[in-house]
Amino acid sequence: MTTRIDKRFGELRTEGRAALVTFLMCGDPDLATSLQLIEALPGAGADVIEIGMPFTDPMADGPSIQAAGLRALKAGGSMIKTLEMVAAFRAGNDHTPIVLMGYYNPIYVYGVERFLKDAKAAGVDGLIVVDLPPEEDAELCIPALGAGVNFIRLATPTTDDKRLPKVLTNTSGFVYYVSINGVTGAAIADYSMVSEAVRRIKGHTDLPVAVGFGVKNAENAKAIATHADGVVVGSALIDALKRSLDSQDRATGDTVAAVTNLVSQIAGGVRAARKAVA
Amino acid sequence: MLQDHPNSFRSGPDDTGHFGMFGGRFVAETLMPLVLDLEKAYAAAKADPAYQAELDHLATHYVGRPSPLYYAQRMTEHFGGAKIYFKRDELNHTGAHKINNVLGQILLAMRMGKKRIIAETGAGQHGVATATACAKYGLECIVYMGAVDVERQAPNVFRMKMLGATVVPVQSGARTLKDAMNEALRDWVTNVDSTFYCIGTAAGPHPYPMMVRDFQCVIGNEVREQMMAAEGRLPDSLVAAIGGGSNAIGLFHPFLDDPSVEIFGVEAAGHGLAEPNGHAASLAGGKPGVLHGNRTYLLMDDDGQILEGHSISAGLDYPGIGPEHAWLRDVGRVKYLSATDKEALDAFQLCCRLEGIIPALEPAHALAKVGELAAQKPKDHLMVMNMCGRGDKDIFNVAEVLGGM
Repeated sequence: MTTRIDKRFGELRTEGRAALVTFLMCGDPDLATSLQLIEALPGAGADVIEIGMPFTDPMADGPSIQAAGLRALKAGGSMIKTLEMVAAFRAGNDHTPIVLMGYYNPIYVYGVERFLKDAKAAGVDGLIVVDLPPEEDAELCIPALGAGVNFIRLATPTTDDKRLPKVLTNTSGFVYYVSINGVTGAAIADYSMVSEAVRRIKGHTDLPVAVGFGVKNAENAKAIATHADGVVVGSALIDALKRSLDSQDRATGDTVAAVTNLVSQIAGGVRAARKAVA
Repeated sequence: MLQDHPNSFRSGPDDTGHFGMFGGRFVAETLMPLVLDLEKAYAAAKADPAYQAELDHLATHYVGRPSPLYYAQRMTEHFGGAKIYFKRDELNHTGAHKINNVLGQILLAMRMGKKRIIAETGAGQHGVATATACAKYGLECIVYMGAVDVERQAPNVFRMKMLGATVVPVQSGARTLKDAMNEALRDWVTNVDSTFYCIGTAAGPHPYPMMVRDFQCVIGNEVREQMMAAEGRLPDSLVAAIGGGSNAIGLFHPFLDDPSVEIFGVEAAGHGLAEPNGHAASLAGGKPGVLHGNRTYLLMDDDGQILEGHSISAGLDYPGIGPEHAWLRDVGRVKYLSATDKEALDAFQLCCRLEGIIPALEPAHALAKVGELAAQKPKDHLMVMNMCGRGDKDIFNVAEVLGGM
């Protein structure tokens, strides 16, 4: 099967540049603004869109994404709303890949079979579920592959060569390399380590490798895009969003532009990268 | 009564850390290699007589084990039924059963070459026990504690600091125990090479539920011997309070394959089970879900968002429960009851006045059900309740609720 994710990375390979993968939380700061934001992302330069499924207890996320999830829940975010938002986005965009990212409990409670059916129908292309390592593949990964939804796995600095094949076995779409041991939004990665890690992962798979954690601006993005097939940016966008909110955490007239401007800048960095090495 | 039950209730977990459908290893990839390392290191330690000997030595000379099995004569007379015994784990060093587990994990951490210890704590008992063991062995100790709990458990915060630990008030989420556990997991993800995560209850990713249970089984193993010595036979029933469930599983596990022994766990019913989000009884009011590395019964809404729950006891105020309890409930081997704040407070006062023992609010929940159960049993019925902690830490909170007494 070829998904929108496979297609997009194929096109970019031909173009000779890395993908910009953007993360926002569904329903942050409210459902209407969140949809506006997601709809504006492709125009600002996002190649793949990750949408966070809000959860009360995001154990691998730093303060920015934790707060985004709580804002979303307060604004009425839920699994049903997330899937509705994907469907609404799909009504106007049939080519940008959508990846849902989050934690297993809301999916488990929704029901795995029902979730996969509804997600596929809404136009979801891939899943990243932080607390489902390969040891728990029977839960969601295998059923997702059966349903034609990519299951994108995280590889980390603690994933050594011995373990890497296990992590890659049922992975599809792309591999998400988490550049540091830590939570989202933490320190900027050491770029020499990143290139080495990407090379190491590519020694085990033909899948594209996207790198995230610690990307804050165009310069970081460019540095990573030189080595990787994709650059993931999340916390920096959410920080920009948060700065645009009023004192009650409500959207203002600046909110959409605050995010899209940063996406455009970072997209510029990503697009400049291959030129730099060429 | 039990259909399709296994040959033994004591053989779990399986190789992948499951008790039936419960348990497992639901952690981020960064932590997965650490969890696998820990599993290996624990298996090696368990097979090493020197490790067990050191733990036994500490139990005797540092903790003060065995803790007595005490015949609570006036409570027995008061209820007029079963003969009530208390397993006196509140007499342990640091005042609760928590130290049994902490010493096992700290010795393991040192075998693994880890010098930085992190822990989560709710009421502060596990934090104090961890700080104590770290002081004894000269290890760095960081305790995550919800900011709300830091406020309501000030004496334990001070104790941890006296013992040299750093107490980090957790401001994220609802600022209680579950958020402290999230924050400890975030620390572990960040400091993978140096750090050992000392979990305080029989929950979390495999091998923690098994490992913590093993360390706490000293409680039930002693009860077996002590009851044989006192009465010449096994007890007829066991009762223990359950938050995460480490004291309970420690008492229950050695008796799971003795069909004559009835076993009762008591959850915290807070303001009452009918009160939305007003209790902490995960089995009575929750459903299966995945949090903090394991599948178990959780308090949550229809969207899978975790609820806070409520209990007067900060040690029972957790939206989940150890996975082995979830399984023991589903297979029907253990019967799970619940006690409200008010029932626990009444039992707390009764125990103070009849036995001269100030119980912690956690075992006061068990005690509340001991009264009901004992009254229905004949006088030759032997009932054991785990007095898993002493109430010194709770007297100010209790005084506040009872109007200064």
